[in-house]
Amino acid sequence: MPELLLELLSEEIPARMQARAADDLRRLVTDALVEAGCLYESAQGFATPRRLTLTVEGMAARQPDTREERKGPRVNAPEKAVEGFLAAVGMTLDRLETKPDRKGEFYVATIERAGRPTPEVIADIVPRVIRDFPWPKSMRWGEGSLRWVRPLHSVLCTFDGEPVGFEIDGIRSGATTRGHRFMAPAEIAVRRFEDYEHALGKAHVMLDPARRAATIDADARNLAFAAGLELVEDDGLLREVAGLVEWPVVLMGAFDEAFLDVPEEVLVSAMRTHQKYFTVRDPGSGRLAARFVMVSNLVAADGGTAITAGNERVLRARLSDAKFFWDQDRRASLESRLPKLNEIIFHARLGTVHDKAHMMARLAMGLALAVEGADRTDCETAALLAKTDLVTEMVGEFPELQGVMGRYYALHDGLAPHVAAAIGDHYAPQGPTDAVPTESTAIVVALADKLHMLVGFFAIDEKPTGSKDPYALRRAALGVIRIVLENAIRLPLNRWFAATAEIYRELVPALVEEHWSKEAKLADAESYDNRALLAFFADRLKVHLRDKGARHDLIDAVFALGDQDDLLLMVRRVEALGRFLDSQDGANLLVGVKRAANILRIEEKKDGVSHDGEPDPDLFAQAEEKALAAAIGAAGPAAAKAVNAEDFEAAMTALAALRAPVDAFFDAVTVNAEEADLRRNRLRLLSRIRAATARVADFSRIEG
Amino acid sequence: MGATPPDRSGSLDPKTSFQGLILRLQAYWADYGCVILQPYDMEVGAGTFHPATTLRALGPKPWNAAYVQPSRRPKDGRYGENPNRLQHYYQFQVILKPSPVDLQELYLKSLYAIGIDPANHDIRFVEDDWESPTLGAWGLGWEVWCDGMEVSQFTYFQQVGGIDCAPVSGELTYGLERLAMYVQGVENVYDLNFNGGEGAARVSYGEVFLQAEQEYSAHNFEHAGTDMLLRHFADAEAECDSLIAAGLSLPAYDQCLKASHVFNLLDARGVISVTERAAYIGRVRRLAKQCAEAWLATPQAGAA
Repeated sequence: MPELLLELLSEEIPARMQARAADDLRRLVTDALVEAGCLYESAQGFATPRRLTLTVEGMAARQPDTREERKGPRVNAPEKAVEGFLAAVGMTLDRLETKPDRKGEFYVATIERAGRPTPEVIADIVPRVIRDFPWPKSMRWGEGSLRWVRPLHSVLCTFDGEPVGFEIDGIRSGATTRGHRFMAPAEIAVRRFEDYEHALGKAHVMLDPARRAATIDADARNLAFAAGLELVEDDGLLREVAGLVEWPVVLMGAFDEAFLDVPEEVLVSAMRTHQKYFTVRDPGSGRLAARFVMVSNLVAADGGTAITAGNERVLRARLSDAKFFWDQDRRASLESRLPKLNEIIFHARLGTVHDKAHMMARLAMGLALAVEGADRTDCETAALLAKTDLVTEMVGEFPELQGVMGRYYALHDGLAPHVAAAIGDHYAPQGPTDAVPTESTAIVVALADKLHMLVGFFAIDEKPTGSKDPYALRRAALGVIRIVLENAIRLPLNRWFAATAEIYRELVPALVEEHWSKEAKLADAESYDNRALLAFFADRLKVHLRDKGARHDLIDAVFALGDQDDLLLMVRRVEALGRFLDSQDGANLLVGVKRAANILRIEEKKDGVSHDGEPDPDLFAQAEEKALAAAIGAAGPAAAKAVNAEDFEAAMTALAALRAPVDAFFDAVTVNAEEADLRRNRLRLLSRIRAATARVADFSRIEG
Repeated sequence: MGATPPDRSGSLDPKTSFQGLILRLQAYWADYGCVILQPYDMEVGAGTFHPATTLRALGPKPWNAAYVQPSRRPKDGRYGENPNRLQHYYQFQVILKPSPVDLQELYLKSLYAIGIDPANHDIRFVEDDWESPTLGAWGLGWEVWCDGMEVSQFTYFQQVGGIDCAPVSGELTYGLERLAMYVQGVENVYDLNFNGGEGAARVSYGEVFLQAEQEYSAHNFEHAGTDMLLRHFADAEAECDSLIAAGLSLPAYDQCLKASHVFNLLDARGVISVTERAAYIGRVRRLAKQCAEAWLATPQAGAA
């Protein structure tokens, strides 16, 4: 059966965009084909650094014919209506039929469309897909107006072996392509995918990215093995490098063993991040070896000698820098670098990094009391020195090594390993999947870093808005949330916001005086700005819990209680509530509570008054009323007591006792009694259900 | 019989002299039809800042030019101790408007012209979108790698001064010292042969620039008077505004360049915080934007 072959040849497509683009091309073209009635058996997209290719197999030569009946106005409808219909279907009156309907005769137009040859359909679809292609970033070039990821050079399009002609922004489609930029730049005539892929292979282009990756992987392993070494696996790098070459040629280079004194993270950063080299290990010691694996895009005339030598030179320069920094940096202790932090401004309105270090140290001493096993002096030291690696040469050159270098230099200065580790980990977690510090000193310093930021930026009204979050405050708040939850730490936020604000006031009073908002200056647990920050945390917690699969309505039900500032307790309450509602008692009680709330809402609206208040026991006319009142009298305080004791399971159990009396009440008692005083009393009783359950959560927010 | 005249053949050879490399690139692009300009006579951070690129990239008129531009990056000074980091180095800049279809080929041939044979060297176009926040300019393109070393920046300008470029210019920026080190097989920039001479006639890059790197590094990091610089920044800003008001786009743009360089010096002196940085960049960008707009209104930019 006929097949479609499409290739878009351009200048180099960024590696990170290729896979997605190949998939988008396949999806967009096949969706449009299907929409046009052109079915197919299979389709596959490919990408190389210079081309996107699509093959669609098992197509029909023509679009199927279609027949559509369209119902028009009644035969006696005004002339205007009939004319409008004729215009819409593009027919004259004599070609319409009439058909009966319950209400009379209607015009019916039968529109028959002969299917077009598939190539015509393709010639319509492809230019549209190209014009609207969803590149993450696209550009114009020369004098044209077309946008593509980089200049588009040619379009190859064939159907059933024959070229499909169309034009887009001056580029005429054809049936030729080109091979490797350097090794086979001449034009190649192509008819079908089979000979296309084969011809490209001969022209030093491996079309399939998976094959390029597999080739690189296998060759890299072999080279490493032959040298008695082991490749350090790196899927991300493998994918990236496979997107940088059309014809991978894997080579091994070496560097001076003397560089191995430099910490591995530095070597890896220089090789991987900066040069896109794979690293290799000695399988015996597990240590990094003084070799590297690079992937070139060329079968070089000299066998790769110049390429290897060139890459070795580049790496040598980078590693010389790194070694120089490593040697240089260790001559001064981290502590001796503290004054230099004065030269980096953390934020003009919040102070220097030196100020920040001292504030973090103070905060850490306080936080040490809240985190089990933390030593105050160790926390103070680690927090004070946490930022000092920012003024080392190494971090100046390799910013991604901040923290990591701090740890190395701290160890070199003779600081305890856990203090050094706390310096190394204090930026963590950097995102939703990054590991959270678990050692008490590291927990304290990481919290101090983030609280200092959050309280400070909120105090000067630099809050994230929409997609703008230049100081990554969302990440910082999520960091606090994850540290607290994953380590089960009790951290009443309001208290710590106030404590942090207090430290600002003591250590940088002039800045506070000049720049803080009026509300923030008054900051205590009740102040406006603390509430804004607390609300920000509440939002972040909701997002976090939702991402972890918690029901958003349960989160809302707990947040609606207000006055919650202990993340761990909020989460425990959400969890307990979820388990309770999964139980028979919980599910049934929810029905009863909601029924009570609904009745109350309707009646309160009708009466225009609230029915909150204690019911009068003397007015209970039925046993079920008395029983319910008694049950509420017991369950309400029991639930409240359990909540105070932070035992949410017990609070739920207490509420569970309400289920039977509530059910019985609704079975036997008519709330809207004829007698006004009975009715009011019963409504008050219902309001007590609402009040009792509100100790645990706002049940009205729960769905179901 | 007189003495044999000294052999000066190396002085023009890109493989043996730094100046030869520059001359060969100039000849190559002159042959293509470029106007070969001389460096702009102000301190700039990159060849892009030369008005022959920044301003000429705007408007409808075709423009092909190439020139060497000393680039000053105060923060990159290393007191002459780093083998490839300099606070003053040379860029070779080519701007072709509209960007020709075969720009990549033209570029690769220019590498061949200076002795880099694509049959033996791994030349790669690696994604690197260029953005100059101070110029309000951006474009898409690559850094060009030769055997793992970045040797050029290759950009299709999309906007300058916040204004869409139509037609689009193609910009090539060659890092001349790096290229020369590569071609000459030298590991330290100061060892580059500058003039192609042998023996006593040899002049190295170090002889020309080492002392300057030492002195300027000390200036940039330690001695540049920050109070004065802060004043100069404000002065340049105000002057730019008043020149714009007078309808003088080119002199106004000079003041924008001045402000930009002063900002770079202040940055090197470490007196600008992360947030202040953004504010300063915003101020320079405002100047660049108004210069771009003023330039567009002139006949040379194609205004009717």
